[in-house]
Amino acid sequence: MTGEHIPGPGGPDALVRFEQVKKSYDGLQYVVKDLNLDVARGEFLTMLGPSGSGKTTTLMMLGGFERPTLGRIMLDGKPVERLPPEKRNIGFVFQNYALFPHMTVAENVAFPLRYRGIRGQAAAAKMAQALGRVGLDAMGERRPAQLSGGQQQRVALARALVFEPSLVLMDEPLGALDKQLRERMQVEIKHLQTSLGITMVYVTHDQSEALTMSDRIAVFHDGRIQQLADPQTLYNAPANRFVAGFIGENNTMRCSPAGQEGGFTVVRMADGTAMRAPGSAGPGELSLSVRPENIMLAEETLPPGANLFSGIATDVFFLGDHMRLSVSAFGGETVTARIPVAAARSFHPGETVHLACKPADCRLLEG
Amino acid sequence: MTATPGISPDIGRIRTFVAVRRAARPARRAAFSLALPLVGFLLAAFVAPILYLLVTAVDNPETRSVLPQTLTALEGWDGSSTPEEPVFAALAADLRAAQESSTAALVGKRLNYEIAGMRSKVLAAARMVAAMEAGPYRDTFLEKDGLWAAPETWSVIRRNGAELTPFYLLAAVDLKQSATGGLESVAPDQAIFLAVLGRTLLVAGMVTAFTLILGYPVAWVLTIAPKGVAAVMLLMVLLPLWTSLLVRTTAWVVLLQSDGVINAILMGLHLTSEKVQLIFTRIGTVTAMTHIQLPFTILPIWSVMRSIPATQLRAARSLGAGPVSAFWRIYAPQTLPGVVAGCLMTFILSLGYYITPALVGGPQDQMVSNFISTYINRDLNWGLAAALGVVLLVVTMAIYGLFLRLVGADKIRLG
Repeated sequence: MTGEHIPGPGGPDALVRFEQVKKSYDGLQYVVKDLNLDVARGEFLTMLGPSGSGKTTTLMMLGGFERPTLGRIMLDGKPVERLPPEKRNIGFVFQNYALFPHMTVAENVAFPLRYRGIRGQAAAAKMAQALGRVGLDAMGERRPAQLSGGQQQRVALARALVFEPSLVLMDEPLGALDKQLRERMQVEIKHLQTSLGITMVYVTHDQSEALTMSDRIAVFHDGRIQQLADPQTLYNAPANRFVAGFIGENNTMRCSPAGQEGGFTVVRMADGTAMRAPGSAGPGELSLSVRPENIMLAEETLPPGANLFSGIATDVFFLGDHMRLSVSAFGGETVTARIPVAAARSFHPGETVHLACKPADCRLLEG
Repeated sequence: MTATPGISPDIGRIRTFVAVRRAARPARRAAFSLALPLVGFLLAAFVAPILYLLVTAVDNPETRSVLPQTLTALEGWDGSSTPEEPVFAALAADLRAAQESSTAALVGKRLNYEIAGMRSKVLAAARMVAAMEAGPYRDTFLEKDGLWAAPETWSVIRRNGAELTPFYLLAAVDLKQSATGGLESVAPDQAIFLAVLGRTLLVAGMVTAFTLILGYPVAWVLTIAPKGVAAVMLLMVLLPLWTSLLVRTTAWVVLLQSDGVINAILMGLHLTSEKVQLIFTRIGTVTAMTHIQLPFTILPIWSVMRSIPATQLRAARSLGAGPVSAFWRIYAPQTLPGVVAGCLMTFILSLGYYITPALVGGPQDQMVSNFISTYINRDLNWGLAAALGVVLLVVTMAIYGLFLRLVGADKIRLG
């Protein structure tokens, strides 16, 4: 998403607030370590991370299926950690949809209504509206098993939205769909969220899904939020080595600080090559990261002050609109570059290739 | 493409169908040849005995083979008076031959089923005939026993000349053929089989209900328990299956008897001041059978429960259902295929129980199988035993069919 409207951190009127939440299953290890997170009203927040990073546990705590070991979870200003799921009024879309196989689509969607005292005509109207919203008006009498994966996904969505919850949680809801359908559903879910003004907390391990849909993304790793930012910031300014490696493709190479020059920090790579990057070097381990699309051939006209380096070509792939060139540089690090086809020539494995990147595209990361 | 658009697509479809069938033929043959040994075994060990059982239940060979001349002579009989000399002469010839080949007892026993006391009278008549040089026989017979004067005796003999008889099947449901050929109930003091059948159904139903009540929670705990605990529990569930039925039943005899473990505990705890009669009672029978049948009910339910994702209950809760409502409206209906399969299995197996009621039950707890066994082993009345078997088979099939109709074949999952 482009930066049209990015709700900032919730502040006092945040719909959801995690306060120093910790979760341990065995009393020895924390799956979620000291989580502090605000979700603003109307926000689409994605919790992104590899499996075992604590994102699903966090979602389950918010949904009421797990209780935090320590800390507080506030929903609409009230603590909810002891509230059972049925009292939270949160819509939940599960990974495998969890449609009720013994009920028709209409019965599935109407299910939450009866617990809210909505029956008869009113329930039927709401149910029809919810099914209409996801484009399944004609499917009410079918059983879930008679629907395609995408249709089942829509029913789950309709069922989670029909009782107009202020908060909807989604646990990898598109994981079982094929790529094309997944991309279409991403757009549809985002559209529903904006048009209905729902607050949504979405869990995924798919970074492109997170980038497409989210207002903000919380990158989880090892039970902690590594970075919480809007997609553009996350992509362009990863906070650490993990985020840099997890969001998009990145070349991350070890380096050591070697001074300052013209507003840039100068670092030395493993083989002694000097590179410049913005920012300052911290005290710990240091890495230089640069995205493949920001590396160009040094054979063309170069921007002034570019970082120059060379390497031995190892792999070359033609991918339609660009070539993917892997070189071994800086004394054994693999550096991947995306060369636009217009700028490319043929490469032979083993030949020496001269490459360049703008210092502004490089980032210094700790770790 | 062609001039007859209405027909050619059909022909094309048929050709495709034939081609598909032909292409699958080698695979079909291979599959069939692999199944052949089992099919053969089933035919020989299962289908053939059942067919034999069905035939035995209506087979009626005794009178035909022992009294052939009498039956021929009876063809001209009016059915309402005492037959004339030729019939008695034929009977005498038949009985003389029977006495020589020692087959008089056979026909005597068969006729005895319908006329009490007939066996001894036939044997006496055979001995009498063997001692006689020549006729006339009519007066001698009538003098020997008034029975031979009664037209009923002769109509029973004539009726049993038929190759097949409904007698055993009718007797198995407490009915008999009246003299006029209609159906009537047997005398109240002889009517036992419907009661036995009802008792069998009742005991099977009670056992099924108890295994379900006890087994359903166990199946659920098996599903949610941690792996190690579940493995131990499963072992405990399966253990009875691996133990011989006789051993398990005898173990219950040890537990239930008047000086047994249960009574000792009850007395020790001062819950009762005198010994409770547990063995040879309905309670004992149902308890022992419930124990033995538990795995059959639990395993299908467990297998179905395992396939229900945990997110089903979570989804129900997230949508507003409390724990109890979520269970009854979402979880329980989805376990129905397992419940039906488990109950059906236990019910049908319970219908055929023999050893357990015989050892643990009292006289009032004997089931159809016990009677079948008695007729085969003690009374040598194979016809009635087979007829009772047929009744049991029909009832079982009917219940199976009823379940299928009620819940649908797709709702029954055995594993």
